[in-house]
Amino acid sequence: MSTETAPQKATSQVPDSSGRFGEFGRRFVPETLMHALEELTREYERAQQDPEFLAELDKLLSTFVGRPNPLYFAERLTEHCGGARIYLKREDLNHTGAHKINNTMGQVLLTRRMGKKRVIAETGAGQHGVATAVACARFGLDCVVYMGEEDIRRQKLNVFNMKMMGAEVRAVSSGSRTLRDAINEAMRDWMSSVEHTHYIIGSVVGPHPFPMMVRDFQAIIGREARQQCLDAETRLPDEVIACVGGGSNSAGMFYPFVDDESVALTGVEAGGRGPAPGDHASTLTYGNKGVLHGSYSYVLQDEDGQTQDVHSISAGLDYPGVGPEHSYWKDTGRVNYVSVTDNEALEALQTMAKLEGILPAIESSHAIAHTLKAAKQRSKDEIIVVCLSGRGDKDVYEVARLLGQDLD
Amino acid sequence: MTEQTRIASTFAALKEDGHLAFMPFITAGDPDMDATLAVIRELGARGVDLIEVGFPYSDPIADGPVIQASYTRALDKGLHGNDIFEGVASLPTDELPALVAMASYALLFRRGVEQFVKQAVEAGFAGFIIPDLPADEAEDVGKIVRAHGADLIQLVSPMTPKDRAISILKAASGFVYCISVAGTTGVRDDLPPELTEQLNWLRTQTDVPLAVGFGIKGPEQVDILRDAADGVIVGSAIVRMMEGLGKSAEGDASTLAEIGAFAESMVQATQKK
Repeated sequence: MSTETAPQKATSQVPDSSGRFGEFGRRFVPETLMHALEELTREYERAQQDPEFLAELDKLLSTFVGRPNPLYFAERLTEHCGGARIYLKREDLNHTGAHKINNTMGQVLLTRRMGKKRVIAETGAGQHGVATAVACARFGLDCVVYMGEEDIRRQKLNVFNMKMMGAEVRAVSSGSRTLRDAINEAMRDWMSSVEHTHYIIGSVVGPHPFPMMVRDFQAIIGREARQQCLDAETRLPDEVIACVGGGSNSAGMFYPFVDDESVALTGVEAGGRGPAPGDHASTLTYGNKGVLHGSYSYVLQDEDGQTQDVHSISAGLDYPGVGPEHSYWKDTGRVNYVSVTDNEALEALQTMAKLEGILPAIESSHAIAHTLKAAKQRSKDEIIVVCLSGRGDKDVYEVARLLGQDLD
Repeated sequence: MTEQTRIASTFAALKEDGHLAFMPFITAGDPDMDATLAVIRELGARGVDLIEVGFPYSDPIADGPVIQASYTRALDKGLHGNDIFEGVASLPTDELPALVAMASYALLFRRGVEQFVKQAVEAGFAGFIIPDLPADEAEDVGKIVRAHGADLIQLVSPMTPKDRAISILKAASGFVYCISVAGTTGVRDDLPPELTEQLNWLRTQTDVPLAVGFGIKGPEQVDILRDAADGVIVGSAIVRMMEGLGKSAEGDASTLAEIGAFAESMVQATQKK
């Protein structure tokens, strides 16, 4: 592994058949899961070639999810910054209020194709849990969602929502009681249930083929945004910005732009309280190469290889790893990764609400916070497209608490 | 021909006598390394054949709740990899059962595979089980381990199809770790009937000894495996007993005696009837 050199230039023609994005990705999982991953890869490839599968997914995305969602010109935000024209890709307007459903719709169709009747998922902010519960309700599949106890506290609304959809929410009390531990528990469940259960991973993480498959299902974000920008402005944007936790909305947003060399891509990580270990979740900014949750990527770990605790105001970005394709994009220099603090995100959320009448998710608010800075650095004839990956309704209790207001 | 490894000669000697190998698993550093070393000595004195030593890891996806909890306890007390190497190095490992390091690939990669293997072999480890390093990714690691005269243990699961098993067996040395049930580590009441079938088939494919782990509870399950396997691994059951260590001197003594008595019952069960 150490003998490999980083590729000079990023391409969209990744991963290879063993799941490599440059040197990153692959499969580091117990033998018990290997056969299932091989089967899943084969079935996914067949589905991608199957016009019926693709047509059914398209129909669901338009009639159930509500795609395409708009690319909206944020006029007052643009005025406020006094620089580049800011466009918002409105993933918050999808059914369930976030981008996560793009992936769960695809994977639930795949589950049905494989003849499996039970689905498990992990969730951090609860958006992926809800999107999975919804997809399972729609197709009559059993659904179990693993969620850290700390996240259950932060995201009560989504927990209730999942239960309404008939999903079972299993509290995870091990480790840091957040997303990382929920993934561990879901993997353990899958080890003993793999014959009849599909694991719908919610981000571009985990062993091959998950990082590729989730990216592909999310790439509709970037494909639509790219075309919508061409329609509105007759040219491509100068910069595309999205937040990165595990990295699914950003991977989906960036991927269709990877080969457009004129478009700058910027991923925004959770800077938490600051750069000290344990105070942030900025894996690409501060992490090292390592192995976590079945793939080789950047990871926040100590010198022994133990995963470090992370902190973010946002449950959806509170993760010590990142998808392997992001590591590939970082090392090739294709995407620039920056970090935004809890307070900056909280402020951006309020700015957006007041100026545009849109309450963004606290995750997406990280991308907005950086956009406010980046727009000021650019001229008025330049264009920034930012992914508004989800709506903020789920965050109101936590935001109110942080602003010192009591809603109960 | 290369020289026989410590693990290979252990299994060869047992086979000659008609015994199965008994290989207990313990977590390093739970509650501390002194306790770990005391347990290793106790197990050695009771005649176990190999000892699998688990390196605590923060995200052990292959392990069930008992072993995970023991890993968390050890890490919460600030255990580092070097503490394990130094502790084991202080033992007369030549006179003890062969020690096998069980560690996540995350730990090997971070330290550098070469460095990890070198330190472990110098400390006295004779082999490596890396549960999250499938055979597909294991070639380079295997070369490094062999260059240090140790064995990289390959794993086969009930979910492994035959063609895949054949390619895994090509890289096998020391013994093959045969996972008895799909799932994580932990005690179970029954062993599935398909297990014997798979072991019998594996036997036709390789001369490398077959050791069965995951879900083995105690001596009563040994007889089922006697004709099909060359060794049995017990993990969670002993790790659970070790929860009694580190609370009081009397508690330590009675826990060690309990572990010793269990080990002895397993040693007796694995010997030729």
